[in-house]
Amino acid sequence: MDSNVSSNSTGHGSLVSTKIVIAGGFGAGKTTLVGSVSEIPPVSTEAVMTEASMDHDDTSATPGKITTTVAMDFGRLTLERELIMYMFGTPGQARFWFMWDDIVRGAVGAVIVVDSRRLADCFDAIDYFEKNQSIPYIVALNKFDGELDYTVEEIREALEIAPDIPIIDFDARDRRSAGGVLKRLLEYTLSRRPSQPELVG
Amino acid sequence: MSIRRRRGARIRPYTFTGGRTRSRHPLMVQTLVSVADANASAPPNLLPESQSIYELCREARSVAEISAELKIPMGVTQVLLSDLADQGFVYIHPTITGHSPSENQVLERALRGLERLFQ
Repeated sequence: MDSNVSSNSTGHGSLVSTKIVIAGGFGAGKTTLVGSVSEIPPVSTEAVMTEASMDHDDTSATPGKITTTVAMDFGRLTLERELIMYMFGTPGQARFWFMWDDIVRGAVGAVIVVDSRRLADCFDAIDYFEKNQSIPYIVALNKFDGELDYTVEEIREALEIAPDIPIIDFDARDRRSAGGVLKRLLEYTLSRRPSQPELVG
Repeated sequence: MSIRRRRGARIRPYTFTGGRTRSRHPLMVQTLVSVADANASAPPNLLPESQSIYELCREARSVAEISAELKIPMGVTQVLLSDLADQGFVYIHPTITGHSPSENQVLERALRGLERLFQ
């Protein structure tokens, strides 16, 4: 891909955008989290994946199928007048795995939302980010009933999450609690940033 | 990555992109785009879809927002935006990916912004 951004000098200021990814199992609370913090109602758009991604989607068994469209949720936060952060939810179902690369590429970090009552649902997401290695991620335990069935350390052990990866609990329905997750992610991303140029991970 | 040959009805949305599925500009889902000249009227002879995109970009919009609002699939939106950028009609704003240490300052501003919003 080209790396040169088209430039002109007609006074576009210094508007920049950035992105974080909200991952996790189906129904873990990703869209709820995005809805709690976003300044716009979460938008669902069909992401008809790139042709390159089609390689992973075997349509030979379903010749009647024309396109695979996957709803992709996102929200927006204006952090400063010229700094906008988008939050993109990943499709929860494993069969939409091929879409993740497109959504994750260029993200400054990821939150893996976990429903502690259904821990197995987040295995795929954790696997993905463990293998990816270039995107810092944290694990956020969604307290559905106001409390967790397990301690954070029990969950760390159950999911085999490395000791340096933050795990926090939160309530996806609560704006401040959900906002706290985003703050924790950015703090973690910054803490991992090298002062010298080198690849992290 | 290889590009599988497209066939049949699957390509229909792509026909007006001249068969291209990749944009030449770094257009990610979060990348913001605005019209190059806010005072200019829409350039003539644009495809209806490109015309709609141009009008929408009178205010900065992300690729994902443009795709969602106009109900144009993401890949098609990226290609049409790339063409508009080539012709100098739209401006592609920088995206902070966190992969360069020079972006630390912006990430710190982002964190302070979050702290203000979610005290």
